[in-house]
Amino acid sequence: MSTVKLTVNGKAVSAEVEDRTLLVHLLRDHLNLTGTHVGCDTSQCGACVVHIDGQAVKSCTVLAAQAAGSSVTTIEGIAKGDELHPMQAAFRDNHGLQCGFCTPGMIMSAIDIVHRHSGQLDEATVRHELEGNICRCTGYHNIVKAVLDAAGRMKVAQAAE
Amino acid sequence: MYETTYHRASSVDEAAALFAKGKEAKYLAGGQTLLPVMKQRLASPSDVIDLAKIKDMVGCSGTTSGIQIKAATTHYDVSQDATVRKAIPALCALASQIGDPAVRHRGTIGGSLANNDPAADYPAAVLALNATIKTNKRTIAADDFFQGLFSTALEDGEIITAVDFPVVDKAGYAKFPHPASRFALTGVFVARMPDGDVRVAATGASQNGVMRVGPIEAALKANWSASAIDSVTISADGLLNDIHGTADYRANLIKVMAQRAVQAAG
Repeated sequence: MSTVKLTVNGKAVSAEVEDRTLLVHLLRDHLNLTGTHVGCDTSQCGACVVHIDGQAVKSCTVLAAQAAGSSVTTIEGIAKGDELHPMQAAFRDNHGLQCGFCTPGMIMSAIDIVHRHSGQLDEATVRHELEGNICRCTGYHNIVKAVLDAAGRMKVAQAAE
Repeated sequence: MYETTYHRASSVDEAAALFAKGKEAKYLAGGQTLLPVMKQRLASPSDVIDLAKIKDMVGCSGTTSGIQIKAATTHYDVSQDATVRKAIPALCALASQIGDPAVRHRGTIGGSLANNDPAADYPAAVLALNATIKTNKRTIAADDFFQGLFSTALEDGEIITAVDFPVVDKAGYAKFPHPASRFALTGVFVARMPDGDVRVAATGASQNGVMRVGPIEAALKANWSASAIDSVTISADGLLNDIHGTADYRANLIKVMAQRAVQAAG
């Protein structure tokens, strides 16, 4: 057992976990942040994507102990109170989800994609960049639409700040 | 995953000392292979020693003879590095094709080489570019480093600290990714050295892991062009033959990927 200290969604947290504990289990089982999902558990599907120090990672393939000292952002940490993050709002407005299981990972990956491309995105780039996130409902069309829509909204939001 | 004890090393020497103390220790870099293997209970190290936070192990820089990539540098950081892009843009292109974006944020060049997966991308670049692998004990030439499936010249407890790449005249990489795993069904890296020598390495194709491709090297040495490869014959002997592709299919892929790599190299 080790004490793992890290920042999650802006708050300092500390948890006593086994060394073999994965980050996703620290989030879900110890911190009750169940928005991050375990899909395939083999780093293929992307349902578990969170940000560590601003970078999208698959939290089923990171030990909690590896994240000690880091700042982790999950799907629960991106809205500002009742105001959805522009990516969340774009997924809702574009019907970018059906069952919703993949959505938290999709949104965390999508925010990372917009950041890495400084908002300069086209459809082909979004489709390619989403290769690590699997959705079995939507056929991706509305997800891609949502990401492109959000890229524009995030630019506007950034300009306003 | 079986129980294990996690250690975070702050220096290469500390990591080596922790390894020596552990009963069956393993080094952990990006963890994008080791952790999945541990989750499947195919590996059960008593201790995992995290190398990723060792400051001396991260970064890319120019050297007198080329460039150096420190072993714990992530695929994403290599793909974005200005020094690497200027010297060997094919390395940036290769790094940007490994796995998916989230995997590239964690996976490292040193981890990829130490694991020597027969379908990994970096071994092809290191072998074709005649790179030198630096460890905490010695330097190892690429031709001596790769020793078959998941097998390298590394001794027990030895740590890759950096990889030195020489200046090259031209270099290119092309791979046919497996549609699900993104590993190379076959990937080919081509390189022409300033003295005119040509080295070509294929990954994902051989039963023995990454390999040089002599017939294509000879053809490109005589005539650096994609069409020079048209008349080359690649033997299917010793190539992988599985549900994803027959040995004959892979033999043809070696030619096609080599041609695309030459086109990418310009």
